[in-house]
Amino acid sequence: MTYASTVSMKVNGERRDLEVDNRTSLLDALREHLHLTGTKKGCDHGQCGACTVLVNGVRINSCLTLAVMHDGDEVTTIEGLGQPDNLHPMQAAFVKHDGFQCGYCTPGQICSSVAVLEEIKANLPSHVTVSLTERTRISEAEIRERMSGNICRCGAYSNIVEAIVEAAGTRA
Amino acid sequence: MKFETPAKTNPIDNLKVVGQPIHRIDGELKTTGRAMYAYEWHDPNLHYAYGYPLGSSIAKGRIKSMDVAAAEAAPGVMSVVTTLSVGELGKGKLNTAKLFGGDEIQHYHQAIAVVVAETFEQARAAASLIKVEYQEESGTFDLAEAKMSAVKPKDTDGAPPDTAVGDFDGAFYAAAVSMDETYTTPDQSHSMMEPHASIALWHGDELTVWTSSQMIDWWRSDLATTLGIDKEKIHMMSPFIGGGFGGKLFLRSDAVLAAIAAKATGRPVKVALPRPLLVNNTTHRPATIQRIRIGADKSGMITAIGHESWSGDLPGGGPETAVMQTRLLYAGENRMTAMRLAELNLPEGNAMRAPGEAPGLMALEIAIDEMAEKLGLDPIEFRILNDTQVDPEKPERPFSHRNLVGCLKLGAERFGWNDRKKPGARREGNWLIGLGVAAGFRNNLVMPSGARVRLGNDGVVNVETDMTDIGTGSYTIIAQTAAEMMGVAVDKVGVHLGDSRFPISAGSGGQFGANSATSGVYAACVKLREAVAMRLGFNSDDVVFENGEVRSGNRSVPLAAAAGAEGLVGEDTMEWGDLTDTHQQSTFGAHFVEVGVDLATGETRVRRMLAVCAAGRIINPITARSQVIGAMTMGVGLALFEELAVDTRRGFFVNHDLASYEVPVHADIPYQEVIFLDETDPMSSPMKAKGVGELGLCGVSAAIANAIYNATGVRVRDYPITLDKVIGDLPEVA
Repeated sequence: MTYASTVSMKVNGERRDLEVDNRTSLLDALREHLHLTGTKKGCDHGQCGACTVLVNGVRINSCLTLAVMHDGDEVTTIEGLGQPDNLHPMQAAFVKHDGFQCGYCTPGQICSSVAVLEEIKANLPSHVTVSLTERTRISEAEIRERMSGNICRCGAYSNIVEAIVEAAGTRA
Repeated sequence: MKFETPAKTNPIDNLKVVGQPIHRIDGELKTTGRAMYAYEWHDPNLHYAYGYPLGSSIAKGRIKSMDVAAAEAAPGVMSVVTTLSVGELGKGKLNTAKLFGGDEIQHYHQAIAVVVAETFEQARAAASLIKVEYQEESGTFDLAEAKMSAVKPKDTDGAPPDTAVGDFDGAFYAAAVSMDETYTTPDQSHSMMEPHASIALWHGDELTVWTSSQMIDWWRSDLATTLGIDKEKIHMMSPFIGGGFGGKLFLRSDAVLAAIAAKATGRPVKVALPRPLLVNNTTHRPATIQRIRIGADKSGMITAIGHESWSGDLPGGGPETAVMQTRLLYAGENRMTAMRLAELNLPEGNAMRAPGEAPGLMALEIAIDEMAEKLGLDPIEFRILNDTQVDPEKPERPFSHRNLVGCLKLGAERFGWNDRKKPGARREGNWLIGLGVAAGFRNNLVMPSGARVRLGNDGVVNVETDMTDIGTGSYTIIAQTAAEMMGVAVDKVGVHLGDSRFPISAGSGGQFGANSATSGVYAACVKLREAVAMRLGFNSDDVVFENGEVRSGNRSVPLAAAAGAEGLVGEDTMEWGDLTDTHQQSTFGAHFVEVGVDLATGETRVRRMLAVCAAGRIINPITARSQVIGAMTMGVGLALFEELAVDTRRGFFVNHDLASYEVPVHADIPYQEVIFLDETDPMSSPMKAKGVGELGLCGVSAAIANAIYNATGVRVRDYPITLDKVIGDLPEVA
């Protein structure tokens, strides 16, 4: 381990000190070092979204960023959102609407969904936002557009959108 | 238990739990990230090492030499095992191409080395230091070119490559109305979200493997053959699988490499196939060229129907069986089908969701649309006119239950089919709008399936079977089956899957999993019920299991009490008689699609989708519906985007990742509706159920193609229907 660094992150509210190979992605730091395997490796190239986590409240593909770039950051993974018997409302909505099948893209879908609602609330426009001068509103079109970086090969999209709409507490 | 006569009334018919919309029992595990997939098994007492695979950079030839000195000297590297150093290995019975071992290269990205290091980063870096010298040989990579040299293949699962009834040529020539068109489907990729991955660990001569497999026993047997060891020495586990779609039916290189690397280092070794290696290292659905000829009389009755298909595979492989549905779907006295197989040196072609029917219906159901138009008939009317209740090739053989007509009629009503206009006649702004329909058809296969059911003195029922849940809902429907049989609530049932210590099941494939595996659980529960009755001294003929109690006459005992201190066990395997021979068992559907095609760009957007399915009893309407909408989604991909681009010079699939092989994303998929006809099929099993996982894909893509035609008047017969194939013939923009 010639090219290693120490990094300190707050992961799911808990401070974690790690010594990692500088080449270690945030994804592999979570999965292989911290054994938080809820965050999934689908492509390791930023193409599928399965590794989506929240860093300082913003969603990112954890495979596209190195762990050493996150010293001092706050990382929230699927394990930090909720646990069995104490589900986050988005997790509960996914179960209710059967917004998954094999489950492998699911943690990424859920982390992304949580962030999408925040992005809309913060009035960040997307490709389908009709007007930049009016407030961005939650709609199925906005959700579909903003979730399109999270691939679900089982094809649960129609159910996922229903789950997100319900979790948003809005009839779109 | 052997299922030899049609099912009579049985405890499943109570439908207290079976048939109910019960949410997945593994839903909380999956949504909280607690479900453990192959690469994720972690025992803090074990010191894992990482294996990184290297693939061949030629498609055909031999390896002359490999220089691994730099890789071996790289930091953290414990071992470099190459296909030369390991020597010749066995080849699994179900593998066409060998997975590892020896100097022969049969396809691009065939595994040729695994580097084992302390960390993933070290193994990956070292793998790039291996130098390989090849002796390249020329190969055949272009199906269109190889078509002329294609030969008649051997039978596929007992079905001959060719069939003929009556005088096809004469009837086709004499037909009042006829069509003769050629369609193509490209090579397609499963592209499941979880890459193939395994962890292997040896204790002496015993091997433990955590992997991602649809079929535990097939993998275990073929891994034993490949390694030259006794199958009983392998313990294989695959409790959660991140999608398969056929791509994890057969043993793959990750398990072989992990086992060999673990042997070489004495450490537990983790190997995942890197996404860019996956497409060419594993299997794909082969491309097809299909010619369809249909002749009919003026009233629209089919008098001649012919379907020929050409596909390619490696030497020793089989054809994509794209003509199978044409043997059964429509009436017609004179018929022929034929499959021809060309030798191609592309990666191994093999099963992908609805093998045969999916690409076959992509062609046939456009042809039916074209023929209906020639006849001046509505395409639904044309299909209903030519419905058959018997196997058209063997009229003495009836369908067990067939309600394709019901699917078409109900779908037409619900979708607003009557609003469909002539091609190119409906415009909304810059969008041309069209409706399309296609029949869905996929056979109901059954497989032997075993299970063990334990009743504990706490009243909890635990089911053990090596059945897998690839997202299909096996955990949940098996819990429902055991709950119904033993008269308990679903939360009193534990389900344990995907472990070779459990009885051998059907596994997940061919849409046989749900019906076969729950029938195996049914059989085991019958044994357990008998054991309970015997222990209580009840007459097993009149015993009732209900509300956690066992009743006979006026006696009633809590189920938990019947278990005794040590509990009771029932184990059995469901086997099958000849009902699938005497009766054609199939599932049916009607797919309806509305598309918009941009007048200026030719871009197609799917606006609405409906599937109506007739597939026997639906064991769980939630998970079954999800199967169907997922298949409809895949059907959008196959219709509009999905195509493995072949480099016909170097012999590989160029777009071998998830960015360049385009699968549908959220923005591509509208709200999807599914209706299941309320029916049972007592010929299929005691569950009276059939499969839906592949039916949902069968016909969708053709319905989209037909909708594009209805929107634009442009008929595209080569999938995927990308905008370049549409734009040239679009009407002038006004």
